[in-house]
Amino acid sequence: MATLLITGGHVIDPVNKRDGRYDILIDRGVIADVQPSIPLNGAKAIDAGGRLVLPGFVDLHTHLRQPGHEDKETIETGARAAIRGGFTAVCAMPNTTPAMDHRGVVDEVRQEARRVGLAAVHPIGAITRGRQGKELTDFGELFDAGCVALSDDGSAVADSFLMRRALEYAKLFGRPLIQHAEDPALSAGGVMHEGLVSTTLGLRGIPAEAESVIVARDLALAELTGSWIHLAHLSSAKSVDLIRQAKRRGIRVTCEVTPHHLALTHEAVGEFDARAKVNPPLRTEEDRQALIEALADGTIDCIATDHAPHTDWEKEADFDSAPFGISGLETALAVCVAALIAPKRLTWSQLVERLSAAPAKIAGIDGGSLNPGAPADVVLVDPAAAWTVDPKQFLSKGHHSPFAGRPLTGRVARVIARGREIDDV
Amino acid sequence: MMPTATAKPSTQTAPWTKKDLLGLRELSAGEIRLLLQTAESFREISLRPIKKVPTLRGKTVVNLFFEPSTRTRTSFELAAKRLSADIVNIATQSSSLSKGETILDTVKNLEALKVDVLVIRHAAAGVPHLIARHATSSVINAGDGSHEHPTQALLDLFTIQERKGRLEGLNVSIIGDIAHSRVARSDIWGLTKLGARVTVCGPPTLMPPQIEQLGAPGAGGAGVRVTHNVDAAIRDADVLMLLRIQHERQESMLVPSLREYRLRYGIDRDRLKGAKPGLLIMHPGPVNRGVELDSAVADGPFSVILDQVTNGLAVRMAVLYLVSGAPKGDEDEG
Amino acid sequence: MIAFREKAKVMDAEALRRTVVRIAHEILEHRKGTGQLALVGIRTRGAILAQRLAKAIETIDGRAVPVGILDITLYRDDLSRVAPNPVVHATEIPFDVDDLHLVLVDDVLFTGRTIRAALNALSDLGRPKTIQLAVLVDRGHRELPIRADYVGKNIPTHLREHIEVRFNELDEAEEVVIEEPAANGGAA
Repeated sequence: MATLLITGGHVIDPVNKRDGRYDILIDRGVIADVQPSIPLNGAKAIDAGGRLVLPGFVDLHTHLRQPGHEDKETIETGARAAIRGGFTAVCAMPNTTPAMDHRGVVDEVRQEARRVGLAAVHPIGAITRGRQGKELTDFGELFDAGCVALSDDGSAVADSFLMRRALEYAKLFGRPLIQHAEDPALSAGGVMHEGLVSTTLGLRGIPAEAESVIVARDLALAELTGSWIHLAHLSSAKSVDLIRQAKRRGIRVTCEVTPHHLALTHEAVGEFDARAKVNPPLRTEEDRQALIEALADGTIDCIATDHAPHTDWEKEADFDSAPFGISGLETALAVCVAALIAPKRLTWSQLVERLSAAPAKIAGIDGGSLNPGAPADVVLVDPAAAWTVDPKQFLSKGHHSPFAGRPLTGRVARVIARGREIDDV
Repeated sequence: MMPTATAKPSTQTAPWTKKDLLGLRELSAGEIRLLLQTAESFREISLRPIKKVPTLRGKTVVNLFFEPSTRTRTSFELAAKRLSADIVNIATQSSSLSKGETILDTVKNLEALKVDVLVIRHAAAGVPHLIARHATSSVINAGDGSHEHPTQALLDLFTIQERKGRLEGLNVSIIGDIAHSRVARSDIWGLTKLGARVTVCGPPTLMPPQIEQLGAPGAGGAGVRVTHNVDAAIRDADVLMLLRIQHERQESMLVPSLREYRLRYGIDRDRLKGAKPGLLIMHPGPVNRGVELDSAVADGPFSVILDQVTNGLAVRMAVLYLVSGAPKGDEDEG
Repeated sequence: MIAFREKAKVMDAEALRRTVVRIAHEILEHRKGTGQLALVGIRTRGAILAQRLAKAIETIDGRAVPVGILDITLYRDDLSRVAPNPVVHATEIPFDVDDLHLVLVDDVLFTGRTIRAALNALSDLGRPKTIQLAVLVDRGHRELPIRADYVGKNIPTHLREHIEVRFNELDEAEEVVIEEPAANGGAA
């Protein structure tokens, strides 16, 4: 592996409070040095040409679909999409078939990810067997196999008693349980946010309370057990308020928000546009503003894509039948620029922190900084590059995006993953 | 309050240029008036000894019904036949997805057979819209989920106008399961666009959120009035529209029991004692006698339920005629 | 759109009045009175003309003649060629046409296609004993084997010309004029 020297870039590394011109030396897959100026000394030079040089992004919430749903995505296509989006590490959700609820599936996923060798893939194991919400999985075995967290994502652990036991037992491992906060009885049959748009279109709504009642319950259980709860893909102002209070009280809670919830509201459904069908649903402008505010003030810890690819024919069905999900890896950065940077709600440094260091810390993985000694996961971003979203060009198998046709700015220009330049995605 | 305006009701119509009829929300008042005026011209045909004109000779209409319906399907079938179109009925109860074939596959197959108009009924909201986006043939929404049922609302407007001579300034109360009613939504759009004031009435469990914001801004302000009190809904009404209460609603705990519903919201003679003279009672059918409507009222002098059925035919003839003439896909518009 | 301009006025108000009276006389003479007679005007100017003929007949004969209005839109043979579809108006024939002697009335007889549509429409309404045709102007250029029984005036025209019939009820004028395309018309 060649020694690389990235020169002439604007480095933003929130962990090390760097925000300016630096050169970065990469040797044997790790960051060797970061200085205002480093002599070439035989290294291969990469001229950043004034672009932003950032730690590789970490996605805490990715659906890679393999095993079981390789028509929607594979580890390979998902990892390619991740790299194009600037993500050098992704955490793979366990709603595969079979579910990642035992060592065999976890091993298989990690092995395939190593063979592909693009983005690092960190599995998230299931909390309950088959994600059925009935019996706990063997947490220890899953963590030993390399899982970074556990979750039944796709559905909530609805049974309060089981959730209490899960939180208690998880304390043995110091890793979070990730809750998909959705009360299945309150959301049953719902396909979008319950509000004026659902009333107009005659579609069954999912009230914001379907999320916030589980958030409230899990915060109480986290307090009771002293365990760590991570709340996935928050969508509502009510949930955010509850978490803000809980953090003040010292409850051990972290949480994430998706780019689409930061950028869109239920109006995006328009005339039954299933590309905007996602769970939790896009909600009101008030909710969106509350999410942005919470991300800015640190109530929400990080941004996660909830990349949820589906086949074209599934997403082309009618609104009720189409599956939930947005193919999000390849638009995440530019959507965040539009929703957060352009209106000056977050600085670049804050955005980078929430895309890299914060999720890395929650996942407990080495990454998210340009610290000497850290794995050399680096992305070069052209912050002013203007482009138009064309989902047909996605590397992901999920060619569906509510941002299709939308002009965006900010694009990943180059990715170095564990010291290797990736040109062939 | 409103000034006692003597402004003449608007009769302005707008030319029809739409390929499809998907709902009344997207229509202008002028387009709705044109549909009603055209229906008026078609009504006489059904009174002739030979109830048929050659207008749509050679056109093919497909009734594509994914949800059972006898009334609407028959009405469209007769409307097409009286215009000399060929009509094929396709009724499929099962969701075609269960056969591994998508709705769009079904539609593409029909289009390969060169049909001109697709009349779509589906239990899911937005299916006609999905089909219209992908089909070159005209699409008529014959009821999609809880979304819209434009031809039903048009025949309601037509019937009210026929009986009352106008729509502007009338008070229309819609009583029943507003949340799950495509008829209510289409009626709200149509009535408010043509200047009627709409009140919706039912228990809170059958009232969708923010329903008061639906409808066009009119003389009485934007949207519709909401009341949970049936007597308040009857008091000033010129027209009462009753909606069918479906038995399955009981199972999802929307009403405790049909008996409870009848006692609080069912319309019988006693309830109508305080009503305005000349009140019209309407119902999209089929009536659940003894639930939302007492038999004596359904068959009584106020009821125009059978006029609605008759007028439905003229309205559907008008809709078929107008969408058939609209420019299609990439055809030359000259 | 080609602009048209007036080439010649072929009838003024007085000529129109006299022509209607003459046709009324001819109808009465031919039918030997008003027995079983009814007039059916084709929307829109044919309907006005039918009303005027009926009034003239009543003035001469002292007996009222039933008048109906026929809308032929639904019977046009060019519906698929025009978009959007033209506005449909109601047919208003308030009498049973069976066994009547009908006189179909229109303003201008040209290709004959309107009359063809009107005959089809009438046959859907019943079985009249006879149908005759009365027109104000016959401008020639028939495309179907149709001729008028009563003609106000024969006016030979060029195909590219227009005949404009104007009635006070609609046009705030009372005349018949020939129009020609403005571009080629005055070139010489």
